Amino acid sequence: MPSITMTVNDKQVSGDVEGRTLLVQFIRDHLGLTGTHVGCDTSQCGACTVHVNGRAVKSCSLLATHVDGADVQTIEGLADGDVLHPMQEAFRQHHALQCGFCTPGMVMSAIGIVNDNPDPTEREIREALEGNICRCTGYHNIVEAISAAAKEMR
Amino acid sequence: MYDFEYQRAISVDDALKKYADSEDARFLAGGMTLVPVLKQRLDQPSNVVDLGDLADMRGISQEGNAIIIKAMTTHHAVNSSELVISKIPALAHLAGTIGDHMVRNRGTIGGSLANSDPAASYPSAVLALNATIITNNREIAADDFFTGMFDTALEEGELILSVSFPIPEEAGYKHFPNPASRYPIVGSFVAKTSNGVRVAITGAGPCAFRVDDFEDALTKKYNPEAIRDIKVSDEGLATDIHASAEYRAHLINVMTRRAIGE
Repeated sequence: MPSITMTVNDKQVSGDVEGRTLLVQFIRDHLGLTGTHVGCDTSQCGACTVHVNGRAVKSCSLLATHVDGADVQTIEGLADGDVLHPMQEAFRQHHALQCGFCTPGMVMSAIGIVNDNPDPTEREIREALEGNICRCTGYHNIVEAISAAAKEMR
Repeated sequence: MYDFEYQRAISVDDALKKYADSEDARFLAGGMTLVPVLKQRLDQPSNVVDLGDLADMRGISQEGNAIIIKAMTTHHAVNSSELVISKIPALAHLAGTIGDHMVRNRGTIGGSLANSDPAASYPSAVLALNATIITNNREIAADDFFTGMFDTALEEGELILSVSFPIPEEAGYKHFPNPASRYPIVGSFVAKTSNGVRVAITGAGPCAFRVDDFEDALTKKYNPEAIRDIKVSDEGLATDIHASAEYRAHLINVMTRRAIGE
């Protein structure tokens, strides 16, 4: 059984996993970080989005062994104590969620989008959200939140 | 997912040896196809040999009049490469249309080509640009590489190391995305070179293919109007819930004209 070590939200963690253990299973089941969600489980919906070495990825489509040694950030690692990350705060201010299931993945994806494109147009945001599915909001407030957060993050 | 023995290669030679020593191994590149396939139990390898640590399999460079993209280079890296953007902008554009930004952060050019998905984007560029696929033991011309649906000229245990793209005079790529999956229902890559024009289509048939009639007409006159009235046969094209073969044949002409216009 492979033994893996990685940095998750600035803490070094390790565990024994099967070859087939997915990163999202390691994060949720081994580490108890259940903010990262499994929506479709087929790499369509983006609810499982985390950052690996600073890049947004879908953790339901990565083997845990695949990212052995990597630096992983999940939704739990964003806030600084009680101070939300600008993207989280923007989602709150703009009511960019209803049921909230897609939200952790939306936020992690959105940060990746803004990191690559610090001043995105509305159209660019909408196109970049291709890999995240929300069945409640109609995306409108999500797009507004990302646009507002981008200004804060610049 | 059925379990398997996971192995991490420390060099290309080590990857080849681990593959050869296994009963039924698969190379793992970005995993954007292999992992979902394993999750659906469509495949059951004994071993998975991870290429993720092989830094010398990543990178983009120019050698003479060609852009060399190593096999483990991600779609994001191709899409954002200043070199690719300046020399073959259509190729950078194409890489940015694959999947979504999370997928592009993991998926690789080598993995995409080895898989030869009928709706994959890269095969159209490889074929139209007359690229050469460099493996651990030979060089394969693009015209010989794609042999069928999920089928290539690669032999068992053969590993793509890099792809060499001759720099064209100009090129364009246009695809008609499936409204849900965003995979190309039809994608057309057009490349104009000193040796003439090449046109390659993806999404429409079992694997990427060229359109001779378009190439002849465009070599004579590089203008969308040169092919407007050339009908493409729908024989052998895919029919599914998203598009009939007849509609795909129609889209081949439309997407090719738009690719030239870009």
